[in-house]
Amino acid sequence: MTTRLRVLDDGAWISVNDDRKVRVSELWRLDAPDLCECALTDLVVENFQSVGADGSTVEVQVYGQCIACGEKGTTGWIPVGRVRGGEFAELDRSAVRRVRR
Amino acid sequence: MPTDVENWKSEVYGNEIRDRLFEFAEAGFDSIPDDERDAWFERFKWWGLYHQRNGQEGYFMMRIGTPNGVLEPGQLRVVGEIADEYARGPGVNPIFGDVYADFTTRQSIQLHWIELSDVPAIFEKLEENGLSTQQACGDSWRNIVGNPVAGKDGQEVIDAWPVIRDLNERFKGDDDHANLPRKWKVSVTGSADGSGQGDINDLAFEPAYKAVTGGNGGDGDESEDAVGFNVRVGGGLSRNEPRLARDIDVWVPPERVPDVAGGLSALFRDYGDREDRYNARVKFLVDEWGADEVRETLQEEYVDFELESAGRDVREEYTYNAGEGERNDLIGVHDQKDGTNFVGLNVLVGRMGADDVLELADLADEYGSGEVRLSQRQNVIVTDVPDAALDEFLDEPLLEHYSSEPSPFMRGSVACTGTEFCSLSIVETKNRQVRFARWLKANVDLPADVDEFHIHLSGCTASCAQPQIADVSLRGMKTRKDGDPVEALDVGLGGGLGENPQFARWVTQRVPVDEVPGAIANLIESFAAEREEGESFRAFVARHDDEELDAFVDPEETDYEDPMMHNTKRTWYPYAEEDSMEDAPLTPADD
Repeated sequence: MTTRLRVLDDGAWISVNDDRKVRVSELWRLDAPDLCECALTDLVVENFQSVGADGSTVEVQVYGQCIACGEKGTTGWIPVGRVRGGEFAELDRSAVRRVRR
Repeated sequence: MPTDVENWKSEVYGNEIRDRLFEFAEAGFDSIPDDERDAWFERFKWWGLYHQRNGQEGYFMMRIGTPNGVLEPGQLRVVGEIADEYARGPGVNPIFGDVYADFTTRQSIQLHWIELSDVPAIFEKLEENGLSTQQACGDSWRNIVGNPVAGKDGQEVIDAWPVIRDLNERFKGDDDHANLPRKWKVSVTGSADGSGQGDINDLAFEPAYKAVTGGNGGDGDESEDAVGFNVRVGGGLSRNEPRLARDIDVWVPPERVPDVAGGLSALFRDYGDREDRYNARVKFLVDEWGADEVRETLQEEYVDFELESAGRDVREEYTYNAGEGERNDLIGVHDQKDGTNFVGLNVLVGRMGADDVLELADLADEYGSGEVRLSQRQNVIVTDVPDAALDEFLDEPLLEHYSSEPSPFMRGSVACTGTEFCSLSIVETKNRQVRFARWLKANVDLPADVDEFHIHLSGCTASCAQPQIADVSLRGMKTRKDGDPVEALDVGLGGGLGENPQFARWVTQRVPVDEVPGAIANLIESFAAEREEGESFRAFVARHDDEELDAFVDPEETDYEDPMMHNTKRTWYPYAEEDSMEDAPLTPADD
């Protein structure tokens, strides 16, 4: 089954199968040493740049800012959820997310 | 590879969307196929309909494009009636009530909670009365902006209103210009105050004099000063990439404006980036090419006459949003050419209850010609008020709230839509800016000779509130306070247009929203204490470095309380009693 993944409305949303699923303005804890030097990046998600899939895992690249150190930039691929049986389930927002290397 | 949006546009776009929109309206929201919703919501924008954010599924923001902000006699009443009948939804705003109209920074009108099934009836009423939502959003010619009192302003160099009306008629619905790589924002200004804000538009026509042979109807032998427009291209504020429009060294007489405007629109259509929407605006093409190449390409490929070089502009007279000098806005009583007056009224953050819209329409009829105009500072202007009717008009009770002499903090407030309805915003904006303005009015004194102080609050980097050209620029952010995530604002200072426009410098980052009023109070206290005699705030900012300014900002808790510190985006509607996404209303039933 094909899953339709899109960045919509100037990067405000990730749409999964024409349904708005992941939004900007959240704070994500990231293990993203390429973005900033904080032990864990505390990223405010300002814009989605791109969306893709690694198997059943939906991944995004986002523009944002670490609110601990102020560093800004675009991340590598970060998991945001999984598609199982055609249904999208968002990852727990409080979980630490790791940039795929 | 073309984007999904480009693929959808290549299948159906422009005028042809309307028939399908009406079919969906007739058959009901659920008739939009599940696997085509993204595509149709993107296309509906071209007809001024923007799907509201999640939690508000099936409700739309409707934007009515009013060229140059001109509402002819009777049109404001129509807007008020449509709002009253159709712009009510399940959410009630604690400050503005259950039905209102928003006046935008591009002289348009936005209504919320519109249901798809009502769209045909709304369009019919709008069009019967000369109004339209066509191309109010989407990738094409947007509402054309300018000095809202064009044709009436006593300070006018050239009447731009016929030019704007002509451009609007030509390029609204023109299939050749209907599908551009991205939005196309045009400003045409004829006044010497800079109130068209051309510098922050994709394409700007600004008043300028040019010595031309046989100018102004001469018999061709001698050189005369003709009045026309200089052309600038590639301004805009969005995405952390603000640009001032670049001078392409072209002067154009009024009758040639459509040729040059159409040529540049076609150039953008053909050369703009359709593979990356983040790089699609013409400002990035101008970055890549430079102004000279834009001019050369326009000359060689898009116009069939010799372009004139730029004429003598009047930019040294620009005061609108300039942070100093007279007439930073159009509030108050001003002379018209014909001896009557236009009266600018302050509409705090651009939002006016539907009852007030209808009452203002009555007052405009009673005291003026019935015409009302909208400014880029989200305010309204009642035109054609004779001297004899002025005092009585100014005494009307409605003008206690929509004042012609407001407090500087009320007058200077501009705010975008924010998380109440917008997908992209990070924070609550309109109600917050109202709370800020009220607190500042009650608690802070500006120096006696400072009667304007502009504070613009934008929920994100899209910059719909034009934050970079304010005295104090506020932009949505997040931070942690006592470990908890809270809404926050970045603070920028010293922006403004004028002869030498300058974007704000972002000096203080991530101030928790409840500390922002205290920060502004401390900033103004330092300004009052340390300014040189008669010094404007903008000049004060200009002579300090970022570190000094950051110290002046000094965030502080005060008795200001902010009820929207939490993540307002996680609510279906921030002001609902039961506000969680689980409590979101169902998609509106079709009736």
